[in-house]
Amino acid sequence: MTTSVKIDWDRINQIIDNYDNDKESLLMIMQDISDIYNYVPPEIVPLLVERLGIRESLVYGVATFYKTISLEPRGKYIISVCTGTACHVRGAEKITQALEERLDIKEGQTSNDGQFTLEGVRCIGCCASGPVLTVNKDTHGGLDRTRALDVVDKYEEQEA
Amino acid sequence: MARFENREALDTYREELQTQSQQSQKRLISLCAGSGCGAYGTADVHKALEAELKEQGLEDEIEIRLTGCHGFCEKGPIMVVHPEGIFYSQINASHVKEIVEKTLKQGELIKKLIFKDPVTKKKITHEHDIPFYKLQKRIIFGNNGLIDPTNLDHYLMVGGYAPLAKALFDLDPETIVSQVKASGLRGRGGGGFPTGIKWASCRRHEGNRYVICNADEGDPGAYMDRSILEGNPHSVIEGMIIGAFAIGSNQGYVYVRHEYPLAVTNLTIALETARKQGFLGKDILGSGFDFDIHISRGGGAFVCGESTALMASLEGKPGRPKAKYVHTVEKGFREGPTNLNNVETWANVPIIIEKGPEFYAAIGTERSKGTKIFSLVGKVANTGLVEVPMGTTLRQIIFDIGGGIPNKKKFKAVQTGGPSGGCIPEQFLDLPVDFDELSKVGSIMGSGGMIVMDQDTCMVDVARYFVDFLKDESCGQCNPCREGLKQMLEVLTRICSGEGREGDIELLEELGSMLQKFSLCGLGTSAPNPVLTNLLYFRDEYEAHIKDKKCPSGVCKPLFYYEIDTDACTGCTLCAKKCPQDAVSGKKKEVHHIDQDKCIKCGICYDGCKFNAIAIR
Repeated sequence: MTTSVKIDWDRINQIIDNYDNDKESLLMIMQDISDIYNYVPPEIVPLLVERLGIRESLVYGVATFYKTISLEPRGKYIISVCTGTACHVRGAEKITQALEERLDIKEGQTSNDGQFTLEGVRCIGCCASGPVLTVNKDTHGGLDRTRALDVVDKYEEQEA
Repeated sequence: MARFENREALDTYREELQTQSQQSQKRLISLCAGSGCGAYGTADVHKALEAELKEQGLEDEIEIRLTGCHGFCEKGPIMVVHPEGIFYSQINASHVKEIVEKTLKQGELIKKLIFKDPVTKKKITHEHDIPFYKLQKRIIFGNNGLIDPTNLDHYLMVGGYAPLAKALFDLDPETIVSQVKASGLRGRGGGGFPTGIKWASCRRHEGNRYVICNADEGDPGAYMDRSILEGNPHSVIEGMIIGAFAIGSNQGYVYVRHEYPLAVTNLTIALETARKQGFLGKDILGSGFDFDIHISRGGGAFVCGESTALMASLEGKPGRPKAKYVHTVEKGFREGPTNLNNVETWANVPIIIEKGPEFYAAIGTERSKGTKIFSLVGKVANTGLVEVPMGTTLRQIIFDIGGGIPNKKKFKAVQTGGPSGGCIPEQFLDLPVDFDELSKVGSIMGSGGMIVMDQDTCMVDVARYFVDFLKDESCGQCNPCREGLKQMLEVLTRICSGEGREGDIELLEELGSMLQKFSLCGLGTSAPNPVLTNLLYFRDEYEAHIKDKKCPSGVCKPLFYYEIDTDACTGCTLCAKKCPQDAVSGKKKEVHHIDQDKCIKCGICYDGCKFNAIAIR
């Protein structure tokens, strides 16, 4: 998927203001940007370099080191299937497989219509309710294959 | 509520709260809004309950309290009706009308919502009678069910911030350090380093000192820190203030996972309230001591649980660990002396100060004091968070509290200590759990993850799972960890896909020993543990994969197939109806058959069969 977004520069500047141009807050600034676009558009990198007074290599270093940051566009709904140990032994892999088939994408990819990104996440701390997945900030627990597919249906219905 | 300018103002306010509560005729319903119950739909129940109470004109007579995690996550959403302590589990919005009509208005119990013990099959009405809770000792976690984490009053009602006042006005920093030493408290993040000794050595070093709370709970399968932060954030904040006062620090940080949004929200609210009320900021409770806490959100990197990596991450850099020639208590965050403790450790501190080191040291084993919270998950009947005295045996935790293995399956192993730990087999179930005992059999207690595995868990697959996890999480700085894990994963993947070779087991042992000896940080040195302990106790499973090309547990797809057990099949047709590939055929009341060409080994028939008639071959 290669759609680019229209960047609201005022809003980005406001986020950096919220952290007082503090270079130690680079990761959190990128997380806040990610909350708007579901990824960090690389066009923003020069602004971060200038306002935080850091090197470009550091921005890319941090952006690529941490899993919560993506420099590639992601879907409107990010489905994160928990692959923590408890979910793993209760069959998380089967959930991922079912979703891969349903959305016709592989883990890490975004559906052609730009709606869904399928990711794996290493434990979200809902271990007793496993297998679980999150769609953006909503958590869905106690899943099996059918229930996982129902979750996708629900979001698709919302869109329709 | 005005800012507490001194200790007396706090005490007076607390007394007022307690008097008010005694006089109040209001009935209390506590509804668990932790992440586990939330995933099962607490929000819908809450909405329906509010609407129903309003409709019935009861909103002034009944208080709904949204609390943090109660621990019994398996049965979520959970509701407890006070003062009786009636425990309703697995409720949904459709039950609400009946609860209000019958239980709240007429005091009648609703049978279908009452908890049924999976072992004795008996119905149990009250929360305190349920074996899951009854056998625990919940000194850290017990208040979660009583507190709305966004409401400071609730924390004050259970005695919150009284230990802080005691520390600031009755004790001096040195006494606090010696009390923490005397309590025997050891780091709950997994390292088990004596907390008091760490505090003392940080205090000895000059410079701008920092105290940090490690809430980067990365061990997959462990979530007690998440639940403490979500459910009782003030207990952690209070522990940190006391620690900072003892160490002589004015700045604190909580490094918390971005993947824990509710923990971040509740902690943020708690910090703002604490600041407003004079527990944080300048001149805390009029004592002259200044201290404040900031939040830093981590970005999903397991290695950031390592102290030097965490501090690099706090400084806005990639979280890469450093060699510890100089300890962080001397030179850590921003080159200053830094004291890092984990969430649960901090939450223990107010209790030690309040009840005294003797009370605390009386709980637990000789070298591991106090209680420990375990996340009991996986293939166990009562999953959830369990707080027990150190030294409780694995069997007591898994079978007495956890209710054993569900669906009549057999226990195979319990994985403790996360990716740095190992899988413990049945013969060691009577081991007492503490910092030292589990390491004698090749695992560790770690941060308290306990993932129970049954006969359907493949131990080679589990080893592959952990190595895959660690390979992804290796920061890549040092060669043994970066390359060693990659090679180990290749070998394990090969074994799981049926291409294992003679000599692969020895190769894994050799690679594992190399990683243990030469990796830079704890991630690498402990990374081979899940494989090496596995090889100690489950070697036969590896051999079955390599020599017989069989996966006895039916997990590694190329190495098994499903077949109908003709003796057990009753011809109920359930499997034929459920099969997504139409691979099962057979008439009603006749033995069924699986067409191997069509079967994709999804396991739906195996999981669904009530007669154990689907066999793994």
